[in-house]
Amino acid sequence: MTYTSVKEILTAIKSKDISASELTMEYLSKIKKSQSDLNCFITLTEDTAIETAKRVDNDISKNILKPLSGLPIAQKDIFCTKDIKTSCGSKMLDNFISPYDATVIEKLNNAGTVMLGKTNMDEFAMGSSNETSFYGPVKNPWNHDYVPGGSSGGSASAVAARITPCSTGTDTGGSIRQPASLCGICGLKPTYGRVSRFGMIAFASSLDQAGLFTTDALDAAILLKEISGHDKKDSTSSEISVPDYYNYCINEDKKKFTIGIPEEFVKELNDDVKNTFYDAVKVLEKIGCEIKKISLKYTGLGVSAYQVVAPAECSSNLSRFDGVRFGHRSQNSSNLEELYRESRSEGFGKEVKRRILVGTYALSAGYYDAYYIKAQKVRNLIAQDFKNAFKEVDLILGPTTPDIAFKIGEKMNDPIAMYLSDVYTVSTNLAGLPAMSIPMGFKSKMPLGLQIIGNHFDEENILKISYLFQRETEWHTQEPGI
Amino acid sequence: MWETVIGLEIHVQLATESKLFSSSSTNFGSEQNTQASIIDLAMPGVLPVLNRNAVDMAIKFGLSVNAKISNKSIFARKNYFYPDLPKGYQISQYELPIVHDGKLEIALDGINKTVGITRAHLEEDAGKSIHDLYDGKSAIDLNRAGTPLIEIVSEPDMRSAKEAVVYLKKIHSIVKCLGISDGNMEEGSFRCDANISLRKPDDEYGIRAEIKNINSFKFVENAINYEVGRQQEILESGESVKQETRLYDPKKNETRPMRSKEEANDYRYFPDPDLLPIEITQKQIKDIQLSLPELPDAKKNRFISDYLLKPDDAEILSSSKSLASYFENCTEHVSAEYQLLANFILSEVIGLCNKKNVEISEAPVDNKEIANLHNYIIDGKISIKQAKDILNDAWESGSKVDEIISNKNIEQISNPNLLTDVAKKILEKHQKEVQDYKNGKDRLLGFFVGQIMKETKGKANPKILNQVLNKLLKGE
Repeated sequence: MTYTSVKEILTAIKSKDISASELTMEYLSKIKKSQSDLNCFITLTEDTAIETAKRVDNDISKNILKPLSGLPIAQKDIFCTKDIKTSCGSKMLDNFISPYDATVIEKLNNAGTVMLGKTNMDEFAMGSSNETSFYGPVKNPWNHDYVPGGSSGGSASAVAARITPCSTGTDTGGSIRQPASLCGICGLKPTYGRVSRFGMIAFASSLDQAGLFTTDALDAAILLKEISGHDKKDSTSSEISVPDYYNYCINEDKKKFTIGIPEEFVKELNDDVKNTFYDAVKVLEKIGCEIKKISLKYTGLGVSAYQVVAPAECSSNLSRFDGVRFGHRSQNSSNLEELYRESRSEGFGKEVKRRILVGTYALSAGYYDAYYIKAQKVRNLIAQDFKNAFKEVDLILGPTTPDIAFKIGEKMNDPIAMYLSDVYTVSTNLAGLPAMSIPMGFKSKMPLGLQIIGNHFDEENILKISYLFQRETEWHTQEPGI
Repeated sequence: MWETVIGLEIHVQLATESKLFSSSSTNFGSEQNTQASIIDLAMPGVLPVLNRNAVDMAIKFGLSVNAKISNKSIFARKNYFYPDLPKGYQISQYELPIVHDGKLEIALDGINKTVGITRAHLEEDAGKSIHDLYDGKSAIDLNRAGTPLIEIVSEPDMRSAKEAVVYLKKIHSIVKCLGISDGNMEEGSFRCDANISLRKPDDEYGIRAEIKNINSFKFVENAINYEVGRQQEILESGESVKQETRLYDPKKNETRPMRSKEEANDYRYFPDPDLLPIEITQKQIKDIQLSLPELPDAKKNRFISDYLLKPDDAEILSSSKSLASYFENCTEHVSAEYQLLANFILSEVIGLCNKKNVEISEAPVDNKEIANLHNYIIDGKISIKQAKDILNDAWESGSKVDEIISNKNIEQISNPNLLTDVAKKILEKHQKEVQDYKNGKDRLLGFFVGQIMKETKGKANPKILNQVLNKLLKGE
């Protein structure tokens, strides 16, 4: 069995080259074999996967075919899954069995996918290395001494290791694109509001967005159509209609793209990364793109604004984890205040606590204007920056991360250095824009990602340029030897 | 020499069918936690979705107090930990409330004044903590969690407990008249916080204390009066009042400070990123304006001009939607003497309602019967005293007024000829008394009336009888 893409799998299932059950068993066995090395999964949903696959096979035998019938998928453990543990990478929710499905899960289930399991992640999606998970770090399949990135590290590592053809992730400041870059795969963060947030455990509500990991840009196009669209359970989800991304990509109508490269994204790059990036730019020039130098002058303020807005929202979003109704409850309390204090002290890890404290501080009386309001102003400036840029260019290009993956443990005691690995990704979250990371080469045998940022709801052109790039290159077909 | 300064914050539960941000029912009195959905329980990952009916109700209220309606208004999170607050924050409004800058005219002892309404904002109610159900443990009922409220904040414009109660009652009658709240104070649908301070006239405002969660008109009056006395004592001893939150204990009729921990909160308000701003168009406001029912003040004025009622009676009748419609339904079958009708309803019908503890809308004697009774009175066929008896009888037995009158044969004798015949007979029998009367013993008139009443078994119409006797005795 050597299917290299979602597209191939769907074709194989449709033509009955392979059954959903066979495919599911294959992937389940790969996952089990890799788990002790990579630690990609928190929960393996073997029984429900086998059951679902059987149901799909039964449907197929009656010629009932759904858009994603039989496609195995791994779900980030931030999405609530009915009757299945949903931990969000935290001890706090180690005992939490969700009573309902997130909209993304519901849509993927209805489209015929087979969920293999729930993937490992940084605790409550707070981290850039997957080291803050209560369930231990995930390894980068290219080199097990290295982090896969985060927070969606399990989902990214699993797709890179080919133990699942695709997976879901969430991206608040780069949590899809950064691990996609460090693991050498495609990671798509759609426009804020494109995909429903209902049932996705909130970290920073105004920044969080669900997205996808695949090896191939076209696969992302196929999947995006299925998870997008307005959800009446999420007031911030958009009513803009969902296009057929796949057909838009493969349509041979040539679109002449104007691509902007912000000087702020490249000026501090080391030579290796810079050379790899400009090699990728040459490919785009070759296929007819016009390259323009632009400036996004507030890029440098992105991380600072992000580190106020995200913790502020998180401090409030995580208040519901109080030991009263669900989740971890301390056994060491004798009154209400102790119940709160002990349950939260025991249930949350260090990084989560740090962000709750920072956020609480930023929202406090006397500091609100200096931090939260100022950060919102910076946010508006960044959004305005992008708006102006998109008057001149169709897409914006840069490296996804300043460098390749770092070693496990390397940045754990230096949160500022860790936060700076998000420098190229956070500003798109602040502006609510869609962006995607695709593989663009290697440095020291570790992959590097190319980030393509589009205008609001212009996932179509991000996907199309990625597809065109992948037609000319083979970076995305490279597999780590595990 | 001390001037009392009072501002009220009134919490009004809105009569929507479902909650402010979830589709759970808002029924009162259901089994605990049966009206708490995953959203009310604040399960991980859930999101609020605004109930637009609550928005319309808030707009209705705003228009009824001549307030401005914000074309863009935002929800904010008020962060604090409490077990009956599942999310760890309450969704409320902070900057840009939906309603602001309104005013309300109130009248006390014939003097009118205007109370400013600073703002009215939408927010969700918390659940309930029950501390006396299990030994050593607290129980939580989240049925109420997420029920929509409007919080109506007044300017510190009231100067006495009585004024505060008049204002509170007026807001109560408005929200009931609009149909946006059941106004049930016992069930907590309508409750109030009072901010009280004292000052020397023309001084700056003094330091205030806030009394939380008072849930009856009487308690509001008592609590304010107690608090005024307490603060006066403090100020006169040269000390200063502490700014704090207090609770009123109706059993002891006193206020006590809440534990400082309960009030030492920095709520860290910030705009709720899960909800879009509420956008309200001029058209929406206009449509709602057109749908508004007649408000108590307008109704009062109409009652005065159309039915020539005394202002005080018009005020009472118009303050309650059900009472006003009871009265107006009666007037449809009546053509004169509306003040008499109002008197009868306000004293007799309301009296019986209170005695039997029923709402006027559920009174067993309906408005047609009262109108009928009224017509018997003004036609001189029965006395008011008889009408009261008939009302009591109809209330108890469920019989029609017509039946009671004909069965008991209690219709008044109002025919002057008939009464003249009886009177002549009685006067002839008592010639000595007639002589005495004519010699100046005026008191004997009552004696003749009594004798005639005895003869007619009390059915003589007193007014006509008087006329008849005067004519016979004085030749008038």
